[in-house]
Amino acid sequence: MYYGTVRGYVKAVDDVTFKVDKEDALGLAGESGCGKTSAALTILKLLPWNGKIIDGKITLDGNDILKMKEKDVRKKIRWKKISMIFQGAMNALHPTYSVGSQIVEAILLHEDVGKREAQERAQKLLELVGIEPQKVSRYPHELSGGMKQRVVTAMALACNPALVIADEPTTALDVIVQAQVLKVMKELQSKLKLSWILITHDLSMITETCNRLAIMYAGRIAEYGDLADLYKEPLHPYTEKLLTAFPSIVGPKTDLSSIPGFPPDLLVPPPGCRFHPRCPKAMEICRRDEPAFVETGGGHFVSCHLYK
Amino acid sequence: MPEDIAMEAKSLVKHFPLHLGFFKTLTSKNLPYVHAVDNVSFKISTREIFGLVGESGCGKTTTGRLLIRLVEPTAGEVFFKGVNVTAINLEREMRKLRRRMQIIFQDPYESLNPRMSIFDILAEPLRIQKVAEDEKDLKDRVTQTLDDLDLNPPEEFMFRFPHELSGGQRQRVAIGRAFILQPEFLVADEPVSMLDVSIRSEVLRLLLGLIERYHSSFLYITHDIAVARHMCDRIGVMYLGEIVEKGSTDKLIEEPLHPYTEALIAAVPVPDPTARRTKVVIKGEVPSGINPPQGCRFHTRCPYVMPICRKEEPQLIALQKDRHLACHKYNA
Repeated sequence: MYYGTVRGYVKAVDDVTFKVDKEDALGLAGESGCGKTSAALTILKLLPWNGKIIDGKITLDGNDILKMKEKDVRKKIRWKKISMIFQGAMNALHPTYSVGSQIVEAILLHEDVGKREAQERAQKLLELVGIEPQKVSRYPHELSGGMKQRVVTAMALACNPALVIADEPTTALDVIVQAQVLKVMKELQSKLKLSWILITHDLSMITETCNRLAIMYAGRIAEYGDLADLYKEPLHPYTEKLLTAFPSIVGPKTDLSSIPGFPPDLLVPPPGCRFHPRCPKAMEICRRDEPAFVETGGGHFVSCHLYK
Repeated sequence: MPEDIAMEAKSLVKHFPLHLGFFKTLTSKNLPYVHAVDNVSFKISTREIFGLVGESGCGKTTTGRLLIRLVEPTAGEVFFKGVNVTAINLEREMRKLRRRMQIIFQDPYESLNPRMSIFDILAEPLRIQKVAEDEKDLKDRVTQTLDDLDLNPPEEFMFRFPHELSGGQRQRVAIGRAFILQPEFLVADEPVSMLDVSIRSEVLRLLLGLIERYHSSFLYITHDIAVARHMCDRIGVMYLGEIVEKGSTDKLIEEPLHPYTEALIAAVPVPDPTARRTKVVIKGEVPSGINPPQGCRFHTRCPYVMPICRKEEPQLIALQKDRHLACHKYNA
């Protein structure tokens, strides 16, 4: 799978390239407003009316999604091949329908099956995410946050997709419930041979679940590669900062590194490297030229003038 | 009472009555209550940062609000510098005390009035407490605070409105509002949980700096024990309205005794892909506080549950100096 360039007026997603192999889990990390969600919505062609895809390619099994007709995308791609767990989806469940019937609805809409079969499948899906069968007829307000998050995960799996995009699936949850949900996601991945894209601002979540990592900053990919490589040897100064920005429970108590300043306004992104106003290693060239996205070896890509 | 205890909670209890509707309220004999806080006691020394850690619904926020009397306790007492806060009846007296204790709320998107400029938000406590001598003094203090918060240039930020600021900047304003009266005691209720990870560390650092500067005592409420480790001198772990373990941060994290503390620590994601998580994640979620489980409240989820745990409630006892625990495992 290959995902290519997109350009906009507010340059939300600008020249972003990455790929997700079969059974791969890619973590897409960055601060709020860096374009993570926009990138995901572009993959599904779910952009709002003012979102324009300027250029690029999104290839799924050899077909370019961007060249397909809207009807085909809806019938053949969305949910059947690629599904998404939206941010805050657990609060978007319909309050007056039982959770089971909401999953049934998703199945009936996309697949040519009878109601009874759809119900059976809904039941199986909920079992898969660890919800007891008697809870199928419950309403969203009767379930806790962790349960609801499992329900929307089950819903994303309704049509056996090959790729699931999860947008901040655990941000509103407590640490313990968060760990439970992540565990379920990890089990599902190996059980169903899924590919994941996990979108989050919390790198520690990615290290637990993913094997590849893409760091986004201001609409661009700053660094992309194997998770273990990136962790061991972060190349981009931004990655370096992000990796040490959260407090840890193991090892010695260290000072938290922090990134001074605020993310840039994407209507007028800074010239040159977009990170240079906050970069501790900024050089003359960073203010002038935009760094290219280059491979440093072993599928490890970085966009920084330090590496050339 | 010794001078160095800034804040003391003595057997605090808060039960919220459940509203069943008119008819049921008249007919039922035992009205149900949510046991939000049950018999919670702790002391916070001067200049100490005390952390309350637990999942949502464990009563940590209610405890924080009880301390500064934003909610009235059902039973128990709060002492602030030796003064019994819960016994004060006059609003005038209370207002004097409120100047010395402040709170930072969780959500900076909701805790700032969208129709007030940043200047007004920061000046409001000064105006209410009549601290500033004149308008110029007021403006100087606000400018100074904005400068302390790294919201530069102050002259520009002063006249902005909350919607023009990012989440991190808003939370800074909320922090500034709490610190502008230079309080002796502060409650911070999950001040960074709504913020991006990359911004969190900046805000935490800012908080630590301000606490240091104003010699405040601090109650830090969080569900993330890793953040508590970074911030606090001592930690109390809460579960379903009760403190199950408390002690100094380093010891508590190095060697957690209560199974729940252990679970909280195990749940923190380890930011190292080579270190595989070996510890088990406990199952289930916090039971309802309306009818808390009999015996030890944690027994429904505890991996080490024994028969006694279902029958008898363990008491919070001192194991060593400054280490308290409520668990049957260590009582035998």
